Amino acid sequence: MSDQIPGILPSSLLRFRPEGIYCVPGDFYIDPWLPVKRAVITHGHSDHARWGMGHYLCHILSVPVLKIRLGEEISVQGMAYGETIDINGVKVSLHPAGHIIGSAQVRMEYKGRVAVASGDYKVQDDGLSTPIEIVRCHEFVTESTFALPIYNWTPVAQQQEQMRNWVLQNREKGKISVFVGYALGKAQRIMRALEGLGTLKVHYAIARLNQAYAMAGVALPEYEVLDVETEKPLAEDIVIVPPALVDSNLLRKIPNRAEAICSGWMQVRGARRWRAADAGFAISDHADWQGLLDVIKGTGAEQVYVTHGQTAVFEKYLNEIGIQAAAVTTKFGEEETPGTPATDH
Amino acid sequence: MKEFATLISALDSTNKTGLKQEAIINFLDTAPDEDKLWFLALFTGKRPRRKVSTALMKQWAMEISGIPEWLFRESYSSVGDLGETISLVLPEPVHSRDQSLALWMQQIIALDKKTEEEKKQFVLDAWQRLDHTQRFIFNKLLGGSFRVGIAAKGLINAIATYYKLEANVVAHTLMGDWQLEGVTFDALIRGEYIESHRSRPYPFCLAYALDKELPELGAVTDWQAEYKWDGIRAQLIKREGEVFIWSRGEELITDQFPEIRDTLLQWEGNFVMDGELLVFRENVVQNFSELQKRLNRKNLSRKMLEEFPVVLFAYDLLEWETEDWRQKPLWERRRKLETLCAAHSDYTIQLSPVVPLADWQELPGIRERARELNSEGIMLKHKHSPYHSGRKRGDWWKWKADPLTLDAVLIYAQKGSGRRSGYYTDYTFAVKSGDELVTIAKAYSGLTDKEIQEVSRFVNNNAIEKFGPVRTVKPELVFELAFEGISLSSRHKSGVALRFPRILRWRRDKTVKDIDDIEDIKQLIQ
Repeated sequence: MSDQIPGILPSSLLRFRPEGIYCVPGDFYIDPWLPVKRAVITHGHSDHARWGMGHYLCHILSVPVLKIRLGEEISVQGMAYGETIDINGVKVSLHPAGHIIGSAQVRMEYKGRVAVASGDYKVQDDGLSTPIEIVRCHEFVTESTFALPIYNWTPVAQQQEQMRNWVLQNREKGKISVFVGYALGKAQRIMRALEGLGTLKVHYAIARLNQAYAMAGVALPEYEVLDVETEKPLAEDIVIVPPALVDSNLLRKIPNRAEAICSGWMQVRGARRWRAADAGFAISDHADWQGLLDVIKGTGAEQVYVTHGQTAVFEKYLNEIGIQAAAVTTKFGEEETPGTPATDH
Repeated sequence: MKEFATLISALDSTNKTGLKQEAIINFLDTAPDEDKLWFLALFTGKRPRRKVSTALMKQWAMEISGIPEWLFRESYSSVGDLGETISLVLPEPVHSRDQSLALWMQQIIALDKKTEEEKKQFVLDAWQRLDHTQRFIFNKLLGGSFRVGIAAKGLINAIATYYKLEANVVAHTLMGDWQLEGVTFDALIRGEYIESHRSRPYPFCLAYALDKELPELGAVTDWQAEYKWDGIRAQLIKREGEVFIWSRGEELITDQFPEIRDTLLQWEGNFVMDGELLVFRENVVQNFSELQKRLNRKNLSRKMLEEFPVVLFAYDLLEWETEDWRQKPLWERRRKLETLCAAHSDYTIQLSPVVPLADWQELPGIRERARELNSEGIMLKHKHSPYHSGRKRGDWWKWKADPLTLDAVLIYAQKGSGRRSGYYTDYTFAVKSGDELVTIAKAYSGLTDKEIQEVSRFVNNNAIEKFGPVRTVKPELVFELAFEGISLSSRHKSGVALRFPRILRWRRDKTVKDIDDIEDIKQLIQ
């Protein structure tokens, strides 16, 4: 594979290599998928923070996540938002991406030229992640998970109200509410939405990542770790599990349950019916259609690289509205498999 | 309309019968009567015709949301439903005021007399007021394509349970020829209108597939065996000098079978019969494909009628001289039916022959040879059985002949719609024709959700070409297809047409080298 793709300026600070997104003058990679010497990590999700890098640089709030996921022994350095370090003459700084705790856009400046790799981001303020900061730049790398005009999220307060009403309705019918959401980011948003409504019983995988929030000093509602072997959930309990637990024996041990899937894909009726859950809440840690456009326009970038998601569609649309864009292939997310909520990290 | 929207969302989001019932009962509990009536009307297909073309709706939606047509199409292909795509691309509603489903329907019906500009004003105003779910429903109602995601049986049972009525009465009413005008919901479900309708059919009695050993059924002498014919199951009504022919799909098909209608008009008495419409030539029942050739034609020419002569094979008698005979035992109904047919001895209306059976051991052989008579297999009916409403376990069994099968390779895939809009679910298969591949059939069902996900992944990774929504894939995945019949066809490239093709199983053990050749397949044609 050539590291040069059509539509990319020769003056670009970035190259798209088999190992990942490469900063040429800085000689480092951003969220690489193959082992490299030096990696800058946008956030702790497993498709962005992978095994085997010689050295990791990420936001201080991502450090505990990386250690929980990749092991205590990794060589990792944390940075605050806005702090600048020099890597081979490139000024590198991290800026909030609003995606999950510690998620960052990587700003790279070299000889007056600025590139920003944003990883995953969202515009909605979920009350847990530091809200996104729009960074002016020449080149911007954007995700495109929900880059279709059908994806527009309702305000957070409204989402929370809908979820709370659903829990109360279930209770009236004597059912225990079970929420399904990704263990890092989504699960904590669900917890926040349901705070005070009952005892939150979270799966072990979620509890493990909750510790990262605790270490980062982000207050979460009180919760207990779910253990269906020793006790059955009570009527007032609310269960939260990661997507891998759907259709599992563990869930089947909860009688009278109603399941809700929390994922941006749930915006579409077909996806809701496919999952055959009792409810689907379109809640995502990714930007919706308008969010993507607002951020991209806000950066003022003259060149946009479109990664993971609706790459072809978004590339075409951006070019049509006068923003030079090129689709690039990465190993983030999973391409072209809508309806699979697990990819809505 | 919010109760109705809640109902539709609930029906959508579950495939559990119990939860669907719960949703209907909740709706019956909360919705105004006029909306309940409309729900039944929509359910039974009494929806107004399309008032606004989908092209216009799409155009207005693009205008408001400011997106280009290609992007709208991309969105549509992701959603799989036009009404829903429109509801999602529009901006959030600015104000909301709930109004009943009945009022919406009234306004939609009134659009007939409006100009295009007035229609646009109405639609745009509605879009501004409704949330996503209600917008989606509104769009479907407007486009005349609204469907309710529940089986008739489930709905009938829910209504019967809630109002403490007999399911039979409810079923009878709903299936009848009622109109919305001058009807109240309460009187309707209590069956107060059905007497005035001469055309009313009874619900068909249906059989379950035999799932036990024959001796478990008891004495062979208690059972009546018949061939299961592969034509159009029909109910024939003659009351007060008028004839009505209903299909199992609750459609009136009287005009499609003038020879049957005219014969029945000659018959004396008032009665309701159950039977099968079949093309019958030189005393032989013909393949279903022959019947298909004269279905749904605007004009049935004399030539058509001569070339594809239809007869009725009578199965059962449901009503005689205004008396409902369905609770009488089968042997008694059959005896009366035999007398009735014997009294007229018409070629056009014949008794479906009973298969004489002295011992269960004879039946498997008869079933295996059923295909030679263009029959699908065997029906077993208990001689003391009533004529049930719908499917009831125990009295009637169908024992179909094993399907015909062939091995074919997947060559095209297309994404599904509705529940399966995210996955490739519609497949086209090919078999060998010498060294080449030739398309043999399309099939939509037969795989599990998990297998569909796996095939979708394969399609994503192995797509060769893209024609609109269709992907050409590397011919690699082999499937065993089952089908009920095969006939020569000049319309198909392969030269043959399959009846009811479906995927029997994924043959992971086979490669494209192992698939069948079209010349061998043609040998199956009788």
